[in-house]
Amino acid sequence: MSQPAVLKIENLHVSVGDTPILKGVNLEIRQGEIHALMGPNGSGKSTLAYTLIGHPKYEVTEGSITVDGVELNELDPCERARMGMFLAFQYPVTIPGVKVADFLRHAISNIRNPERKEGEELMPMRDFRKELRDTMNELNIDAEFARRYLNDGFSGGEKKRMEILQLAMLKPRFAILDETDSGLDSDAVRVVSEGLQKLSGPHMGVLIITHHERLLEYNIPHYTHVMLAGRIVETGDAALAHELHANGYAGVRERHPQEAAEEQETQEVTTP
Amino acid sequence: MSTIDTLTTPDEELDDRAQVDIGDYQFGFHDPTDKYAFTSRRGLDREMVAQISEMKGEPGWMRDFRLKSLEIFEQKPMPNWGGDMSGIDFQNIFYYVKASDRQGKTWDEVPEDIRRTYDRLGIPEAEKKYLSGVKAQYESEVIYGSLQEDLAKQGVLFTDTDSALKEHPEIFREHFGTIIPPSDNKFAALNSAVWSGGSFIYVPPGVNIDFPLQAYFRINTENMGQFERTLIIVDEGANVHYVEGCTAPTYSSDSLHSAVVEIVVKRKGRCRYTTIQNWSNNVYNLVTKRAMAYGDSLMEWVDGNLGSKLTMKYPAIYLMEPGARGETLSIAFAGDGQHQDAGAKMVHCAPNTSSRVISKSISKDGGRAGYRGLVKVENGATNCKSNVVCDALILDSKSRSDTYPYIEIDEDDVAIEHEASVSKIAEEQLLYLMSRGMTETEASSMIVTGFIEPLVKELPMEYAVELNRLIELQMEGSVG
Ligand SMILES: Nc1ncnc2c1ncn2[C@@H]1O[C@H](COP(=O)(O)OP(=O)(O)OP(=O)(O)O)[C@@H](O)[C@H]1O
Ligand SMILES: [Mg+2]
Repeated sequence: MSQPAVLKIENLHVSVGDTPILKGVNLEIRQGEIHALMGPNGSGKSTLAYTLIGHPKYEVTEGSITVDGVELNELDPCERARMGMFLAFQYPVTIPGVKVADFLRHAISNIRNPERKEGEELMPMRDFRKELRDTMNELNIDAEFARRYLNDGFSGGEKKRMEILQLAMLKPRFAILDETDSGLDSDAVRVVSEGLQKLSGPHMGVLIITHHERLLEYNIPHYTHVMLAGRIVETGDAALAHELHANGYAGVRERHPQEAAEEQETQEVTTP
Repeated sequence: MSTIDTLTTPDEELDDRAQVDIGDYQFGFHDPTDKYAFTSRRGLDREMVAQISEMKGEPGWMRDFRLKSLEIFEQKPMPNWGGDMSGIDFQNIFYYVKASDRQGKTWDEVPEDIRRTYDRLGIPEAEKKYLSGVKAQYESEVIYGSLQEDLAKQGVLFTDTDSALKEHPEIFREHFGTIIPPSDNKFAALNSAVWSGGSFIYVPPGVNIDFPLQAYFRINTENMGQFERTLIIVDEGANVHYVEGCTAPTYSSDSLHSAVVEIVVKRKGRCRYTTIQNWSNNVYNLVTKRAMAYGDSLMEWVDGNLGSKLTMKYPAIYLMEPGARGETLSIAFAGDGQHQDAGAKMVHCAPNTSSRVISKSISKDGGRAGYRGLVKVENGATNCKSNVVCDALILDSKSRSDTYPYIEIDEDDVAIEHEASVSKIAEEQLLYLMSRGMTETEASSMIVTGFIEPLVKELPMEYAVELNRLIELQMEGSVG
């Protein structure tokens, strides 16, 4: 493989409406690396994830996001996806009436042929079917899901598995998993963790946002980052993740009194 | 006041080929049925109506029926609800054009945007010409021939309505105009006065036709006319699915299309009537459709409306005897300059009858799509069930959706449910699809396609595929 691609986040400031949420995030992820992103509720983890894929609600007020030097800020979510960005959503939405297979065939046709315009050829049906069947098999997903409407009536766990299926089919260069392990029973956590373990490798940079330890046991992070009040305040290795699981964030807040104070303030604003 | 009267107005109907201005007439051939010199002209009066009847060589009763209908038409005021009909000029319309007069239009006269859409839909050459009015008939004689033989063996009658009047006078007269009398509404009266073409189907007791009968298979030149008249009789225990229309845009230079469809489904019979229409934007499409469903029978309307300037169409089912069931699935798509006022009527005249209506409408680019429906339960019709669900999807802030559900119940022991929802495409849905590599347009059309999927899956395969493709084109904004 040639030089691994780099996703570089520099001094990223993001607001929703007039409210600043991210206040200078720096992070570099290379293809082949696994990063864990941890931090208390409301610290800005999902905000970072959404910003990376170009959610229109999240406005970048300062800083940059680049993939191999290409600035993403001006690109819409579709263009970013075609450059290899992928988010496994914390709350995947339902698209009634759209079959999983049809959705995936369109998605894969676009991702594999980034120049494709709407209405142009899709991936050949036979090749697609085979690939879908094999991937579903591998992830222990019942073939019947291909014919169901996307996330319609899916249980929480089924939705998360569907995200992993998409990840497996689309093979992004950078995958962000936003609490893909939450709301799952322990069997499902194992399936998702093993799934990711199979998928990740030298071609994928992974950012795992999680509050649990299981996913990280199967996918040992090269780096662990802690977010507090919109900044990454600490970075360590897998041991840091372990420590936070064991002891919580009290120590982090003590070591970063300024961010802890800011966190306090926003909580007072949002909870009258 | 009775909302049923208010509602008994137009519905829509069939496709047609364009008619030509008499000035274009050049290469007509002699029409053997043309016993009298008939000159196509604009305008409506007794003489015109009498001439139409004479031209067709009809029996006296039909001539009288037409003339009586004209009187009713003239007496009835224009409906003051539904949509804006002020653009209709009754005296500036050709009410009858001989088949030979229809020739001579050239491909170049078909508007550019329509031709482009045909190309993008991949419509075959012969069919394109037919749809745009360049050719008066669709070449399908071969299929038609063998099918017809097959059906004839089973005693099925399937012909154009004019021929049926001549060839099957008794059964024709027994039912014609009994389900929708001319007095029903102004446009039914108009159709009764000047009707031409349409389909006639009789299915004998117990005969099950296991493939959809299609208007395409008929070769009569007039079956896609402006004032079609369709009559379907499904005898006891028989079963038929009739499909008419076409998803491709149908170009017509005529501004008014007003069809009437009458259906009788006898005991334990089943009938499904599927229509997909996509008129060009100049057309007023005002259609009356009604079925009478008898004991333990099932009547289903599947109705898709795209295009036209104004469509008013509310397929009705009268549930006449216990055990009768009625179902209407309706899809309306209104784009720029289009108003779809569509819906359904269910009239429960007997106990233990049930009805279901599912309506989905989409409005875009300033279009207006509405649901107008009536559920009526007559006195004595106990233990009836009715379920109405209408969902509207509005794609931008210029567009509009209205819901007018009328419910009239003269009986206590009934279960009536009505649910309505209006939605926009959620930002989160767009984001989700776009984050998987769809463009915004592709994502929206996928959401729209999904929205109507519960109805589209009821369509015959080729219609479903074409309809989805057409909606994609509409979403791309590349369709005229
Ligand atoms: N769309 C939005 N509108 C308004 N406020 C928002 C929006 N998105 C995020 N926020 C606010 O930004 C802050 C960070 O939220 P975010 O969802 O990024 O946190 P998180 O770290 O993912 O938390 P959790 O662990 O609970 O998932 C919170 O105060 C939240 O209320
Ligand atoms: Mg979150």
